[in-house]
Amino acid sequence: MEKCYDTVIIGGGPCGYTAAVYAARAGLKTLVIEKFSAGGQMCETSQIDNYPGFEEGIDGFTLGYKIQSAAEKFGTKTVSAEVLETDLKAVPKIIKTDLGEFSAKTVIIATGAKHKHLGLKEEDSFIGKGLGYCATCDGMFYKDKTVAVVGGGNSAAADALYLSKICKKVYLIHRRDKLRATKVYNTPLLNAHNIEFIWNGEVAEILGDGKVNGVKVKLNTDGSFKEIPLDGIFISIGRSPETDIVKGQLQLDENGYIIANETTKTNLEGVFAAGDVRTKALRQIVTAAADGAVAAHFAEEYLNSL
Amino acid sequence: MSVLTVTKENFEDEILKSEKTVLLDFWASWCGPCRMVSPIVDEIALEHPEYKVGKVNVDEQPELAASFSVMSIPSLFVLKDGKVVNSSVGAKPKTQILEMLK
Repeated sequence: MEKCYDTVIIGGGPCGYTAAVYAARAGLKTLVIEKFSAGGQMCETSQIDNYPGFEEGIDGFTLGYKIQSAAEKFGTKTVSAEVLETDLKAVPKIIKTDLGEFSAKTVIIATGAKHKHLGLKEEDSFIGKGLGYCATCDGMFYKDKTVAVVGGGNSAAADALYLSKICKKVYLIHRRDKLRATKVYNTPLLNAHNIEFIWNGEVAEILGDGKVNGVKVKLNTDGSFKEIPLDGIFISIGRSPETDIVKGQLQLDENGYIIANETTKTNLEGVFAAGDVRTKALRQIVTAAADGAVAAHFAEEYLNSL
Repeated sequence: MSVLTVTKENFEDEILKSEKTVLLDFWASWCGPCRMVSPIVDEIALEHPEYKVGKVNVDEQPELAASFSVMSIPSLFVLKDGKVVNSSVGAKPKTQILEMLK
């Protein structure tokens, strides 16, 4: 073990690096551990129009890089490593990664969330073979083809709209009879001539032989099944929090989010949960960044009390 | 070693005929997860001269992307003696990529 940091931040998305900006500016010895490069989930978004200060919009990768650069300007260190396990009760707290062990007086968990899978047994075998979770990454492979988007939230709506500009036809399969997505999507979705809604539909099976060629949908209205021939299918049914490394140590709610209020304080002293991984009402880049600032503030307060 | 830009013109000589194990990264500039993985692939190229590391821009090389049946990016392939021995889809941490190469 090399040295003990004042704070180790796990996760390099908008929350983690905003926490790092505040922590480093407060003079704390700060380390961010991120397994990829900066940005996290927002890297999948090519145009972010609801983060203040960018009236022309900004892509997620660039925004991530900008926040990281700011944090590093004030002295934050970054390690590109994957956290394998943690001991958050120990003094100091221990973070084990594939590149060695780190110790810290405080830890900010900013691990975010990952794509939820449908949970079908054939799902994994089709990943990259017609089934995807990132429409902006893979949409262009389906130019003039027929695809489906599964889901009814903002990401599903945005994905369907994006794909409708590339693909011949887009089915939007949703298990309810109306979208959860924000109203801003309604008019463009209804105006897109090549989007067809499949309401009250649940994906029963992904069809294909080595490659997706269709989907079997169960219609909840009458229990009947409908098969739709497809070239590709995008799953956009929400996200689940990344909490494997804190399980058994931090209290989680029934959906797996770390229980912490607006102070980001968890059930363990000196451990803070911030951003999408925390129980909260609105998961957005700006609220993740806000959490980062709050977590750094309370980490500093805790350090002063030692 | 630095990363090789792979095109259909140099593919046969540099990749298929390579004596070293090859790591191929299929990417595009508009793909955020690709840009997240890209620096990791660069690091592997610098730190592991025993491998040949190449990047294929799917916008510029659609034929190569099609010949590998790439339908999702980032996609990583490991080739030995001109044959694909391992592949993965989506962003992967460095240790997992190195594991694929072993």
